[in-house]
Amino acid sequence: MRLKYPSSVKIVRVPCTGKIDILHIMRAFEKGADGVYAVGCMEGDCHFDSGNFRARKRVEQAQKILHTIGLSGERVQMYNLSSSEGPLFAQIAREMTEKIRKLGPNPIKLAVKKAA
Amino acid sequence: MSEAKTPSKLEKILRAGHLGVTSECGPPRGTDPDAIKKKAELIKDHVDAINITDNQTSMTRLCSLASCIHLKLMGLEPILQMVTRDRNRIALQSDILGAASFDIHNMLCLTGDHQSFGDCKQGQNVHDLDSMQLIQTVRHMRDEGKFLGGDDIKRPPNMFVGAAANPFADPFEIRVPRLAKKIAAGVEFIQTQCIYNLEKFEEWMRLARERGLTEKVFILAGLTPMKSAGMAKYMKNRVPGMDVPDELVKRLAGVPKEKQAQEGIDICVESIQRLKEMEGVKGFHIMAIEWEEKVPEIVERTGLHPRPKN
Amino acid sequence: MIVADKKPIEEIIEEVKDHDKILILGCNECVTVCEAGGKKEVGVLASALRIYFLNQGKEMKIDERTLERQCDQEYLDEIRDVADDYDAILSLACGVGVQFTAEQYFSRPVYPGVNTCFLGATEERGLWTERCQACGQCVLASTGGICPISRCAKRILNGPCGGSSNGKCEISKELTCAWHLIVERLKSLDRLDDYEKLFPIKDWSTDRAGGPRKVVREDVQL
Repeated sequence: MRLKYPSSVKIVRVPCTGKIDILHIMRAFEKGADGVYAVGCMEGDCHFDSGNFRARKRVEQAQKILHTIGLSGERVQMYNLSSSEGPLFAQIAREMTEKIRKLGPNPIKLAVKKAA
Repeated sequence: MSEAKTPSKLEKILRAGHLGVTSECGPPRGTDPDAIKKKAELIKDHVDAINITDNQTSMTRLCSLASCIHLKLMGLEPILQMVTRDRNRIALQSDILGAASFDIHNMLCLTGDHQSFGDCKQGQNVHDLDSMQLIQTVRHMRDEGKFLGGDDIKRPPNMFVGAAANPFADPFEIRVPRLAKKIAAGVEFIQTQCIYNLEKFEEWMRLARERGLTEKVFILAGLTPMKSAGMAKYMKNRVPGMDVPDELVKRLAGVPKEKQAQEGIDICVESIQRLKEMEGVKGFHIMAIEWEEKVPEIVERTGLHPRPKN
Repeated sequence: MIVADKKPIEEIIEEVKDHDKILILGCNECVTVCEAGGKKEVGVLASALRIYFLNQGKEMKIDERTLERQCDQEYLDEIRDVADDYDAILSLACGVGVQFTAEQYFSRPVYPGVNTCFLGATEERGLWTERCQACGQCVLASTGGICPISRCAKRILNGPCGGSSNGKCEISKELTCAWHLIVERLKSLDRLDDYEKLFPIKDWSTDRAGGPRKVVREDVQL
């Protein structure tokens, strides 16, 4: 379809969103990511039964942790769509990028710069 | 049943074959002794003995022992309620001695409501003993004249020992075995949970009679008159271990609000009339919660007045 | 196993905020199984603390390590040569591990990263429930294999109390009455007669009441 989506989005492929751990999300922020979002299959359509539900739980946990340590929990999101929804994928990428842009850069990048 | 083992007036009346009548008073949440004395004044000529609750529903109140002493000083017959929630075996034995030193001759052994119901939800509970073991303890102190630790007691306490029984709690099949267990522990009188489901109570009594238990313990049937349909609903749905039949709620709800209280008293009177005919019922424990002034009417209308003079 | 729950991050931040170099020390045993203090939880907490302190403009060295057990000297010895690199240790082990680590590394503050809750079992993922209070004198033989000390809110040995209703405890409709379970179990074992045996007054001296306890086994001592 050759749809366009923002180039700032880096895709990390996993066999199933159930593979995503809070640790992966946390490490991404530690390394300076401005936002993280998981894109899983539609709820009820998981190949492994509950992978996308697990992912949602972990995303929620990561939101809570980020909120507690002073980063907006909004920076982490979970989306569900089916494999035939290319345009929606591109739309989500734009939506998320817009959301993160509004929140501004990950503050720890600034902190690291200051420290250096 | 054989002759009295203690100077308890309640025991003498029951052993003489009279139907006993007891009631209860809750101590105040403060230090004014008049609160308890006034309640006692309302009922004193219509009952043989008065229970004093021990921090019921785990709300901190003036202690049962001090309240019992106030009654004793009025020349009345108190029944000291003691729960195992707040005191270990040292404190329980010590309070038993304290009560006995004022010639308090009746005691009711209870486990007590969980502290989460009261005003000290964050407190510890003790439960060093349970209610059955408290029965054993006080009987041991009285009959053997010894402390749990084995030492002799100088002038042992002389208590008529009671406990509660709930014929309505689950599972039903252990309700009578549980009574048997309390009797084996040494209990001499029982005050039951409030009875609203008379059929179920009758069944419990029948099973108790079959095992000969009604010959071994005085069973006082517990009653609490309902003030309103709202109270009946609350008791049915919110109070643990209560069995309030739907018909009763309906009957109360069926009369105008201002007449519900009188209907509640009528129901209580009718229940007592029916229970009087039940073999094995040896008396009544009327718990008119914050409604002590109604006890005389209930006692008089059921032909239980005047009370025997020992 | 010993079941623990995570401490809120805010509380942990308060504990460690004045240090510059901390080691977050996980434990591979019980706290790993109950997902409170294993390698993964160490990683997540370390990440969160690094982000937090960096954001606060504070440079803090936060390292991660998870030992096989923190209740055994031989495993605690594994950090002997690196312990000096840190000015505090944040242990995600149970209260036993935290204390044992503190005893071994006496000159360093050791902080707890979890709340130790009880001895229990995993009923399902994310649900752990209590089964034992380590009273030191097991009564399970006479209670149908169900412990009234740990599972009855009033630890009644001759239960149930009058508050049990529809098989549930008076303190919560979610909680099954332990004595209801005991009666059901005795019934299924055809031992309901045992219900009428009075349980004697318990000797609590082997419980917490007797003071800190120890087990000495000369047969296995070297």
